[in-house]
Amino acid sequence: MYKITKKRELATNIYLMDVLAPRVAANCQPGQFVIVKLGEEGERVPLTICDYNRETGEITIVFQIVGASSKRMSLLEVGDFFYDFVGPLGRPSDFIEEDIEDVKKRKYLFVCGGVGTAPVYPQVKWLYERGIDVDVIVGAKNKDLLILEDEMRAVSANFYPCTDDGSYGFSGMVTGQIEELIEKENKQYDICVAIGPMIMMKFAALTTKKYDLHTIVSMNPIMVDGTGMCGACRLTVGDEIKFACVDGPEFDGHLVNFDEAMKRQQMYKTEEGRKLLKEQEKETHHGGCGLCGGDK
Amino acid sequence: MADMLKKVPVREQEAKVRATNFEEVCYGYNLEEAMDESTRCINCKNPKCVQGCPVGINIPGFIMKIKEGNIEEAYQTIAESSALPAICGRVCPQETQCEGLCIRGLKGEPVSIGKLERFVADYALENDIKIKKTGAPKNKKVAIIGAGPAGLTCAGDLAKEGYDVTVFEALHELGGVLVYGIPEFRLPKKAVVQKEIDKVKELGVKFEKNVVVGRTVTIDQLMEEENFEAVFIGSGAGLPKFMGIPGENANGVFSANEYLTRSNLMKAFDDNYDTPIAAGKKVAVVGGGNVAMDAARTALRLGAEVHIVYRRSEKELPARVEEVHHAKEEGIIFHLLTNPIEILEEDGWVKGIKCIKMELGEPDESGRRRPIAVEGSEYDIEVDTVIMSLGTSPNPLIAATTKGLDTNKWKCVVANEEDGQTSKDGVFAGGDVVTGAATVILAMGAGKAAAKGIHEYLSNK
Repeated sequence: MYKITKKRELATNIYLMDVLAPRVAANCQPGQFVIVKLGEEGERVPLTICDYNRETGEITIVFQIVGASSKRMSLLEVGDFFYDFVGPLGRPSDFIEEDIEDVKKRKYLFVCGGVGTAPVYPQVKWLYERGIDVDVIVGAKNKDLLILEDEMRAVSANFYPCTDDGSYGFSGMVTGQIEELIEKENKQYDICVAIGPMIMMKFAALTTKKYDLHTIVSMNPIMVDGTGMCGACRLTVGDEIKFACVDGPEFDGHLVNFDEAMKRQQMYKTEEGRKLLKEQEKETHHGGCGLCGGDK
Repeated sequence: MADMLKKVPVREQEAKVRATNFEEVCYGYNLEEAMDESTRCINCKNPKCVQGCPVGINIPGFIMKIKEGNIEEAYQTIAESSALPAICGRVCPQETQCEGLCIRGLKGEPVSIGKLERFVADYALENDIKIKKTGAPKNKKVAIIGAGPAGLTCAGDLAKEGYDVTVFEALHELGGVLVYGIPEFRLPKKAVVQKEIDKVKELGVKFEKNVVVGRTVTIDQLMEEENFEAVFIGSGAGLPKFMGIPGENANGVFSANEYLTRSNLMKAFDDNYDTPIAAGKKVAVVGGGNVAMDAARTALRLGAEVHIVYRRSEKELPARVEEVHHAKEEGIIFHLLTNPIEILEEDGWVKGIKCIKMELGEPDESGRRRPIAVEGSEYDIEVDTVIMSLGTSPNPLIAATTKGLDTNKWKCVVANEEDGQTSKDGVFAGGDVVTGAATVILAMGAGKAAAKGIHEYLSNK
């Protein structure tokens, strides 16, 4: 059992929690993730590592309510427990294992979309702690949904908020902000790291391709065990099949087949949505999900 | 009185009924049936059956105890060699091991050793008979990686010797393939697997779940920082293989590992559990091993019409005879000498599988006749789900994060067969991580050999 030591609602339906998991906190690195499970009957849910504290043994996770499991997770309070909490999973970001002198020579641009801001934060922080200045674009639907602004500002050289509705910062998509920085402000970058919903990563990668800017994305496909056993998370990268949980989650964004990945992500969407609806509507649920024929 | 030429028949759930539930298929012997069957064993002076057992159980020894009606002692006789007899009695391929060598089999059917082992083990579980410890406590820590058949066996043997043993398991349940791979209807989880693991716990073995060795902690850290003097790697098989044919990433194509993990480990078949499974209405399972049979019979129980597609003939099916027999009884449709060449899709979802007929040519390296495609024989099977059961390739994680641990060209960890010693001092390995995907009992045999190897290593240290 893994105790929750802190809980904060970052925005509507987006939560941050600190969880006591000393083994995970001792060895995790930016780029990696965890899998959590609620209760015996729960499913295994992959989650982003947003921060870690090697001394206190705590891991910070951030999640958005998207289905029945994350809804239930949002109801947990400080002092409650995760039944299972395993990690770190996946490979650390490339720069963690590269020669730091090489990393220092590069100019990084980080692009975050929505909750994707959370896994970017420890990467930017790691580089900041080693004296490496990076630019960070954070995109959200509107100002209220833009998360971790103070934290991110504190560790980035330049912080560029942008909102779809123009309520804060650059008005438009992150792709527009990338174009503006490169074309209007003549910024030069060696590597772009883009993390967010698949659709956002797809278009970020298409945008950077125009500038021949090497781009890393972090894939979040459906997973079951997350340890390299089930193959549910397989992706086409270039002409190879890769497992996001052991080969990734970070891949060359210009090689990932996003259309296939997004289609595969839909696999259980309907079932998940249906379950959430059923839970919210309880006995009044009579087929509003359009799937169960009203008999359940 | 038993018919000396035939096994005492074992009671089973009727095929039509069991095809719709996840209850165990085989009921096993009762005391009377077991004692009856035990009279068929002639207690050979030089028992061939024992040579066929990868863990060397004193088979005639325990059967003679059954004959005397002393089931508790029969259990202790088995427990000297195996900590998991209720599991082995259910999932071992006895026909190619102990029973395959039984003298009775020369004329008539061999003694039903597997069913007798199961009876004794179930009796021990029901009556809570404890395994005896043999060695005095030793103040030496051994780490076991993986709570599957190899790890549990190695842990049990070392704990009996008195070592301080901790098992690290990556998943949230103990048992490895016994819980994620083999279905409930063949191996009940709570009633059998859990209870048999509890026996290993009673020997003093400690278990730590949710530890992915190589990520959560490395072998080097275990040895240098946590003072484990020896490590056994029994981390299992790893990544599922796919065929590399068009359409394989369409929605509705699963590895058998995924399909079975959802149903077995995550209990997707039970509405009380959250994990979903897209069970399919018409399912094709590609492959002919035990895992393929398990996936097929799981899909059947989830309500599907199921087709097994296998490229060689019935004779070459690698699955246990009993599983093939049960699968047929339950109504699984076999397409033998047939190989898929494409998965047909519509809007990203599976709608069929294009197959080609095969014929058998000359034997290949494995000694089995090589299947060759018959030109122009392509045909389509309409299905909405395809389950690929083609084996696995090793998970690179541990080898990649352990200094000085050698792997072979298939990326399997290299270890001596006799004692499990790897290229790294104090590190032993066995089971699928060494051999590639094999059986539960072979993994147990390797765990046993490594326990001996570790005992010798630590005794001389």
